[in-house]
Amino acid sequence: MSYNPFSLEGKTVLVTGASSGIGKATAILCSKLGASVIITARNEERLKDTVSQLEGNNNKIVVADLSGTEGINQLINEVNELDGLVNNAGINKILPIQFVDEHELMNTMQINALSPILLTQGLIKKKRIRKGGAIVFVSSIAGHTRSSVGNSMYCASKGTITGFMKCISKELVIKKIRCNEVLPGQVDTPIMSQGAVTEEQMTALAAHIPMKRLGNPEEIAAGIVFLLSDAASYITGSSLIIDGGLSL
Amino acid sequence: MKTLEEFVALFAEQFDDTDASEITAATEFKDLDEWSSLIALSIIAMADEEFDVALKGADVRDASTVEDLYKVICGKM
Ligand SMILES: NC(=O)c1ccc[n+]([C@@H]2O[C@H](COP(=O)([O-])OP(=O)(O)OC[C@H]3O[C@@H](n4cnc5c(N)ncnc54)[C@H](OP(=O)(O)O)[C@@H]3O)[C@@H](O)[C@H]2O)c1
Repeated sequence: MSYNPFSLEGKTVLVTGASSGIGKATAILCSKLGASVIITARNEERLKDTVSQLEGNNNKIVVADLSGTEGINQLINEVNELDGLVNNAGINKILPIQFVDEHELMNTMQINALSPILLTQGLIKKKRIRKGGAIVFVSSIAGHTRSSVGNSMYCASKGTITGFMKCISKELVIKKIRCNEVLPGQVDTPIMSQGAVTEEQMTALAAHIPMKRLGNPEEIAAGIVFLLSDAASYITGSSLIIDGGLSL
Repeated sequence: MKTLEEFVALFAEQFDDTDASEITAATEFKDLDEWSSLIALSIIAMADEEFDVALKGADVRDASTVEDLYKVICGKM
């Protein structure tokens, strides 16, 4: 095939939270663009469903719970050399500030902020990310350009990721590893399925988005995959908003 | 198990500008001036904290009076 800087041919990419939503769409798109993909999450059944939709035979499942050091270390030990890391696993617990407590805060911070930081740290320390590699964090416009009530723990966790990403993107230049983040707006995935927000409220929210609809996981995956590819070779430390204009 | 009266008091606590005396078991709470999506989230969080019940946004939407919501919580316990 002719020159294609967007191709992921020959690359190996690890995607966390690949059993659902944005992570699943990202794993599928990576494989379509030629990458071998390592997918991880807790739910093995759903991971098997993702793997069944991947192209090529070089893909791998690692079942791991990222809510503790044990799971993070297990994952680090089960991967070899990577060209791409997508820190995507995340949760969203909605609680007005007066109901925030240490347990809920620690849970959100652990999965959305501490585990991506520790996973990245561990992989760098063990030199598992090759020169020319790329790391993409899935943050959110929440807490950056928009915030919705009840979302303080989530916004804090996503802001943490942005600060971390901005710093290590500079540190990792010497290792020729790029770091960036995507900031999705409201995307149609099961993340809100706990039901604190009704369907009518989601529809009302969609009406506020200039494009008048929620995003699809595939539309976030496209941004992630661009940042992983060599087409983004001069992009590091940046935040790509993908929100149908919601921040405008 | 908390009584209906205790639930009404906890319900009223989620408001800042509405006097507790304005809220009774028969109050149609969505008609209160101060009612908002943030208070709806507070009611859901209060039900979780005080009753260990996971209310959904739709439960709050479908209830009309404070007592309706108490009954939904009792039904989920
Ligand atoms: N959807 C949106 O509107 C939106 C907007 C902005 C940002 N985001 C971000 O996008 C990312 C993906 O979200 P999504 O919407 O695709 O949500 P989702 O469909 O609920 O997927 C979340 C993924 O995270 C994994 N995960 C959760 N807890 C985990 C744990 N303890 N250990 C390992 N994996 C865990 C889940 O896998 P298991 O349950 O199998 O473990 C699942 O694969 C998150 O970081 C989210 O904050 C989403």
